[in-house]
Amino acid sequence: MSKYLLNKFLFTVDRDPELVERYREDPRGTVEWWEAEQANRLLSCHGGEASTWLRFEDAEREALAAHDYPRLFELGAHPFLTLTLFIAMFERDHEPLGFQTEYARRLAHMTLPYPDIAT
Amino acid sequence: MAELVAVIASTHHPFYYRASTATGEDRPPFADEWVRKVEAFRETLTKARPDVLVMVGSDHFHQLWLDNMPQFLVGKAPFYDANWYNEEREFGLPRMLFTGQEDLSAYILREGLDAGFDLAFSNELRIDHSITCPIITLRPQNDLPIVPIYTNIFAPPLPRPKRFVQLGRTIRELVESWPADKRVAVIGTGHLSLELGGPRQFGPHGPDPEFDRRAVEWISSGDIEGCLSEVTLDSLHLPGNATHGFMDFMLMMGVAGEGAKADYVDTYDLFHTMEAYFTWYPNGGVA
Repeated sequence: MSKYLLNKFLFTVDRDPELVERYREDPRGTVEWWEAEQANRLLSCHGGEASTWLRFEDAEREALAAHDYPRLFELGAHPFLTLTLFIAMFERDHEPLGFQTEYARRLAHMTLPYPDIAT
Repeated sequence: MAELVAVIASTHHPFYYRASTATGEDRPPFADEWVRKVEAFRETLTKARPDVLVMVGSDHFHQLWLDNMPQFLVGKAPFYDANWYNEEREFGLPRMLFTGQEDLSAYILREGLDAGFDLAFSNELRIDHSITCPIITLRPQNDLPIVPIYTNIFAPPLPRPKRFVQLGRTIRELVESWPADKRVAVIGTGHLSLELGGPRQFGPHGPDPEFDRRAVEWISSGDIEGCLSEVTLDSLHLPGNATHGFMDFMLMMGVAGEGAKADYVDTYDLFHTMEAYFTWYPNGGVA
């Protein structure tokens, strides 16, 4: 389980306008690049102080590469991060609030208690 | 000593700014009534004639991140830039700049540490919509210095509800013992029932209207003990997966005090979540 790394991907992409577009257009390529080049970056430090041990599990990598936000919910990614980034990428393709309601519909099979989001 | 002239608890709906400024076909049908309610709420702060605002909110994964996550953090800086790219993108919020009341920040940090709260601090804090939304609704001229206080309602493990109430009580004690001839308002924002990124999100109402009804009753009657007897970290999952933001309302109940009935209460049932507005005048009225 690397919920922290899932969240780190969502967090770092969501705050960067260029990465938001890159992830929308090329999700698999963006995830591969990010895991190779960015996953171990300590966000408040220069590159020489990077971590050495962070990597996705296969299911996590695939969920990100497939833009599979219901699966990200099931894996315990932070729902706020997932929602914010996916709104940024796909709200534009729908009527106002259309994407948000479709998002809820695609998660309708989830019942309480929801997956644990603690990292 | 400083005087606590108003205690205000509010939701922080990020869509208010866009809804209230939209015109023509873009203006949603609920906007006019929303503006009317907000302007009436704003008057409750204006009447208190504050000099300084202590602003309680919660960073939504903007500056505070999982590699270094504080539970309670006080900003101590001469200025605070505000709002983030993704808030401009999603909510249309403007960039803002606030002046800091740095001596009160220093006082709250020193005295808060001595009172048993190991407060984190930041000397360069960019604040987000949990604090800018109530400025937009309650003090749009943005002419008063602030002390921002962030709570973690977002990234588990979270402090328990009782701790939020205790911090609220301590904030009140510290404001009232601050040796400055200033009129201080404490403004905090949170949520009633709320779901974000889950199956109950963006419905025609908040996800749990019954919780909202009970929450408004707890807050407006100052029923801290009743609220604490029913609200736990586990129970807050039930009304909606983002309902832990209700703990910031509990913090504000701590500021207002046990049994303190709110002097002003209003709500507005919107899609997605219920708006709720409360004001207390701790000294029995506006001087």
